[in-house]
Amino acid sequence: MTDRIWRLGFASRFMLMTLLYSGTALKRFQLTMREIYFTGVLSLIIILVSGLFVGMVLGLQGYDTLQRYGSSEALGILVALSLVRELGPVVAALLFASRAGSAITAEIGLMKATEQLSAMEMMAVNPIARVVAPRFWAGVISMPLLAALFSAMGVLGGYVVGVQLIGVDEGSFWSQMQAAVDFRQDILNGVIKSFVFGVIVSWIAVFEGYDADPTAEGVSRATTRTVVTSSLAILAADFVLTAFMFRGI
Amino acid sequence: MSPDPLVEIRDLNFAYDNRAILTGINMTIPRGKVVAIMGLSGCGKTTTLRLIGGQLRPTSGAVRVAGQVVHELDETGLYQLRRRMGMLFQFGALFTDMSVYDNVAFQMREHTDLPEELIHDLVLMKLHAVGLRGAHHLMPAELSGGMARRVALARAISLDPMLMMYDEPFAGLDPISLSIVGELIRKLNDALGISSIVVTHDVQESLKIVDYVYFVSAGKIVAEGTAEDIKHSREPFVHQFVWGEVDGPVNFHYPAQPYRQELHEQPARPSGWWS
Amino acid sequence: MNRAVIDLWVGFFVALGLAALLFLALKVGNLSSTDVGQTYNLQAHFDNIGGLKVRAPVKSAGVVVGRVGEIRFDPETYTAKVAMQIDTRYQFPRDTFATINTSGLLGEQYVGFEVGGDPDMLKSGEVIKKTQSAMVLEKLISQFMFSKAAEDEVKK
Repeated sequence: MTDRIWRLGFASRFMLMTLLYSGTALKRFQLTMREIYFTGVLSLIIILVSGLFVGMVLGLQGYDTLQRYGSSEALGILVALSLVRELGPVVAALLFASRAGSAITAEIGLMKATEQLSAMEMMAVNPIARVVAPRFWAGVISMPLLAALFSAMGVLGGYVVGVQLIGVDEGSFWSQMQAAVDFRQDILNGVIKSFVFGVIVSWIAVFEGYDADPTAEGVSRATTRTVVTSSLAILAADFVLTAFMFRGI
Repeated sequence: MSPDPLVEIRDLNFAYDNRAILTGINMTIPRGKVVAIMGLSGCGKTTTLRLIGGQLRPTSGAVRVAGQVVHELDETGLYQLRRRMGMLFQFGALFTDMSVYDNVAFQMREHTDLPEELIHDLVLMKLHAVGLRGAHHLMPAELSGGMARRVALARAISLDPMLMMYDEPFAGLDPISLSIVGELIRKLNDALGISSIVVTHDVQESLKIVDYVYFVSAGKIVAEGTAEDIKHSREPFVHQFVWGEVDGPVNFHYPAQPYRQELHEQPARPSGWWS
Repeated sequence: MNRAVIDLWVGFFVALGLAALLFLALKVGNLSSTDVGQTYNLQAHFDNIGGLKVRAPVKSAGVVVGRVGEIRFDPETYTAKVAMQIDTRYQFPRDTFATINTSGLLGEQYVGFEVGGDPDMLKSGEVIKKTQSAMVLEKLISQFMFSKAAEDEVKK
């Protein structure tokens, strides 16, 4: 138990140091760009395909339920609201944690195990500034974009299934959606959520990598911990954020 | 020895969580010399290097490098000092996501504003010095162990340090690579006018190239002297170490209960369904 | 990996992500129709707001003209004080009638403006005098029952 608290304290201090040493990552943005490529661009396929399928499933399931009440035109609302408010940020973050978060942890952990971080320190280059901060910021920047892409693909998937396949009226699909989805209330809050998830996942991923035992076993354990911890943290944070954002609406 | 040593270690103690690693270490590394720290695996040799590099803080005592007490420096001061130190890690610790060229250019790009053309020339010069100019386009994964060690050496000397530290430079090398690395350590030391510390347990290879040797055992210095002194030492531990004898002050057997007693003892029977 | 290739891919990625955000904002959400431009404040007191929520729409003739900004209980008059942000493009006469309506039988509640004939327009911060409270289903039913009973009385 004290060990857990100690780790939390260390993780917080680590986060603070990452923010403190972010100057290099932002000044030499080329470093961060490279990491955006590895975390963001390489996650595109999984995000786009998953978003499309989730949207298609929502279209099918939503239609099945709504047509019992004779309100299948509300399919657009159902698909868009569930994606923009919840599924987009949350599922994209979960996928991001397992696709990019684990890769970040494994990379930093291996750099530690092979003494690359130590070597960097001895070359008077701060590894937190040079290795950790660019990866952290790349994750924070990528996450909202990926979540937006996931939601957009999902809406398209719902449209394809609902309108093209099942035959819900196209006009009411879009107009009902537009009438019900509020920019600030729904979309902006979704973006804020995904930003927070981006901070959480990136933080956990870089910390677990940096804190990994410098052995093959230690790195593999740290990678697992990244996926498990960040998934739980995403869901818990989602609850808290939802409670704050949509209270009384 | 020389009046103004580059590295001076006085009454150094270091402990991890109350477990003493080093006790009462005194060492002097004069300028321009190659000094070896020898001892068994896990006796605190690498820890000594990390204390000199300021990656660890001593429990008590002090390490002075070029007149500065390492653990009293602030971060800026420490980083200033480290720019003038080079360290070769046990397995090279090359950055695996960069080519050989970028590895050697790393410090120049991080710490200087040199134009890329000048960096290009400098990198090729450093790689030429270790005989790997032709390998500049390779990735670390494509190098053999000896080559990786030499690239790491080129990287370590890229900013012309005043002090080079080698952590087990001979571990896991074939005899040819071994001689090459040994040669390089001596040649670079003399050609660049730097001082070197070699942490190793490879006696035969290192005695060929070093000027002075410290023997460390269980966190203490047990013997010191020039290469010749060490070879002819009567000290039982040193003798056993240098000549690689199986038994001596260092026992072949891990501490255990008396053999006879342990064999005669009835082990607790495993209780299974069959018994 | 070449620097230029990375830049190209990252640029592509960021552009795609922003395009998705734009799609969500314009095509999925209602950024294009409301919530843009300047607003001014109007207030109204209601005896009962029913299930009205903050950010519920304010409609006139069925068109969204603003949003409910704040709902507070006024301890002096024992009524609900509702502040609304109205699009500056729309002005309303002083004798505008504010009602709380429900869209559909079970839908969300909104504030409806029924426009009067006063030549003077409401200014920012002013209070709408004429209001009608929300229909509360239970009250409606009990009223109906009561009048039904009364009718029966009369018949006898």
